[in-house]
Amino acid sequence: MSETEKRKQYKLNVGKIEEGFVIDHIHPGRAMKIYNDLGLDKLECSVAIITNAFSMKMGKKDMIKVEMPLREYDLDTIAFLDHRATVDIIKDGEIIERPRLELPKTITNVIKCHNPRCITSIEQELDHVFYLTDPERGTYRCKYCETEWVNQNTRK
Amino acid sequence: MVRSILSPLDFSVEELDQLMDLADDIIRDPAKYAHTCDGRILATLFYEPSTRTRLSFEAAMLRLGGKCLGFHSADSSSATKGETVADTIRVASCFADIAAMRHPKEGAPLVAASKSTIPVINAGDGGHQHPTQTFTDLLTIRSLKGHLDNLTIGMCGDLKFGRTVHSLIRALVRYANVKFVFISPKELKLPSYIRDDLLIQNNIAFREVTKLEDVLPSLDILYMTRVQKERFFNEEDYVRLKDFYILDKKKMSMASPDMLVLHPLPRVNEISTEIDDDPRAVYFKQVKYGMYVRMALILTLLNIKPE
Repeated sequence: MSETEKRKQYKLNVGKIEEGFVIDHIHPGRAMKIYNDLGLDKLECSVAIITNAFSMKMGKKDMIKVEMPLREYDLDTIAFLDHRATVDIIKDGEIIERPRLELPKTITNVIKCHNPRCITSIEQELDHVFYLTDPERGTYRCKYCETEWVNQNTRK
Repeated sequence: MVRSILSPLDFSVEELDQLMDLADDIIRDPAKYAHTCDGRILATLFYEPSTRTRLSFEAAMLRLGGKCLGFHSADSSSATKGETVADTIRVASCFADIAAMRHPKEGAPLVAASKSTIPVINAGDGGHQHPTQTFTDLLTIRSLKGHLDNLTIGMCGDLKFGRTVHSLIRALVRYANVKFVFISPKELKLPSYIRDDLLIQNNIAFREVTKLEDVLPSLDILYMTRVQKERFFNEEDYVRLKDFYILDKKKMSMASPDMLVLHPLPRVNEISTEIDDDPRAVYFKQVKYGMYVRMALILTLLNIKPE
């Protein structure tokens, strides 16, 4: 089957959005995690999740289209969960910006510290805060106990 | 803004020098400092028992003319009623001028410091940090050797779980020409985040060996540690490793006449009592230096200078 035929076969029509953002080139299978961690399940606007879409670059990819403006802190969460994804900001049906995703220096309440000796294990109201300590390896350390957390999402 | 001490690296090398200079002056002329903390109160917030550290803090404050209050286990604090660390320090801030906190959970003193209006000193948080033990070790070495650079330092025993060893390495790598010799069974070797991320990445000279006798003659300092039972999940492993190293008279005869033996205490079997009277065994002197450095730290954090 040719590439064009493949694209036709996998073509899925989801209406164009007028204002909002599209997270594209998501590692296949990771869209639901991003959907949940961004809290998109709590929105009342239209949200489309496309999984295993055909991609020339990746073979398969996931996508999320959201019909509402992107909040600034969402970019950090997206970058943390899949820093190779792309984000298109849409206004009046056109892409007006494609911000660069970088691993965030701090990530709050996205991952939990699993060290049973960490103070966060007994004091529930504390935020789970991690600092980026090695961008190459995607290593984060807990603010409180310095336990290492290697971001498996930093695929090469 | 109040300054707290949570990790040994919270002080720069220059600030550490000033702290140790102050400790030296207190040792030279304790009378000059005997009333510097008159009317001041130290809160010792100890969520788990500790003999040496708590007594050392209390002795330090009393010798400066101050007073102490606090609790000595979580059972005798409001933690049993579910009070958070943040609330406890807010309350203690109303009564005291400075606090020393020991907590079994790592990061608890950081939480306290973020809500406190008085300086907080981390007096040990789980297996994480114990800065005043590191300051004690540094002051002991500097006072008895005269310098912290150009030393070959042997660290022996549990190098995997021993927080005092990790903190001391981090503090010593900031001095010129310090070489390390790590002596441990293979099960208790240094973790990779110290070996690879700190020593190798910074080109610090070190060797890892199993036999203490092989390296004793080359050492300026021998830092012995206890194999801690509570770190093992398997009783059999603990029994096998606990007496792996025993420093006795025979081994001391191989060491240099200037080598110093340090230990953070408590010791179990790793140092035979037969060497306690050897002038090179300085672990009880080390306890005293611990009190002096805590006196210096209290004065520094309260920004008090003798008249």
